[in-house]
Amino acid sequence: MSLRVLYFAGLRDALGCAHEEAAADGIGNVDDLRRQLAGRGGPWLALLEHKSLKVAVNQAMASLTTPLGDGDEVAFFPPVTGG
Amino acid sequence: MAFISVRAEDFDVASENEALALADQQAGAVVNFVGLVRGGDIAAMTLEHYPGMTEKALAAIVADAQRRWQLQAVRVIHRIGRLLPGERIVYVGVASRHRQAAFAACEFIMDYLKTEAPFWKREETAAGSHWVDARESDDHARDRWQSSPGATPSAVRAGPK
Repeated sequence: MSLRVLYFAGLRDALGCAHEEAAADGIGNVDDLRRQLAGRGGPWLALLEHKSLKVAVNQAMASLTTPLGDGDEVAFFPPVTGG
Repeated sequence: MAFISVRAEDFDVASENEALALADQQAGAVVNFVGLVRGGDIAAMTLEHYPGMTEKALAAIVADAQRRWQLQAVRVIHRIGRLLPGERIVYVGVASRHRQAAFAACEFIMDYLKTEAPFWKREETAAGSHWVDARESDDHARDRWQSSPGATPSAVRAGPK
């Protein structure tokens, strides 16, 4: 399946990537995707090591156990700081 | 009714408050909050957001407030892009029949906006620029509401629905 993956703020800067289409076969939930992406090594390990990383699926706050399906939009980002 | 806007343009506080007052003849109170870029060491601040999700998150927060209190009108404006010290960042305005609901809902919306809406601040100082870290105190401010649905943290009751 294919997922649209987005990165924001400091995480995007660290990865040097704002968004990508990720082939994600064998991915059941957010944690699976996170581990697959972290497998790229280098800055991508931040996806595993960032203590308070947030995730949204289809533009709603989600968790590591949120299931993923073909075409889903997944966003990883640091805790928000608006207002 | 609720008006939500995420945009680069500034807003006029008096006009926004007037729009709230005019939205519903039942309104007897208008409360608003304005967030500013603090001066001091900061030369400028850039606000980034997650287009699409931001609007949904703000709408969900406002809908939650409207379930907790009887509100006549709500307006939320959040600016994005590069802002200088003293510039306005965010406006939250609430109109209700009586003041308690407007005070409480305004604070509730800000507490949730700061912890749930996908905005990020990057500060520019003489030493360079850096992403602002989230503050734990903001999470605590939000969590106060979870133990007191329909009330302010100081236990002021909202009017009957």
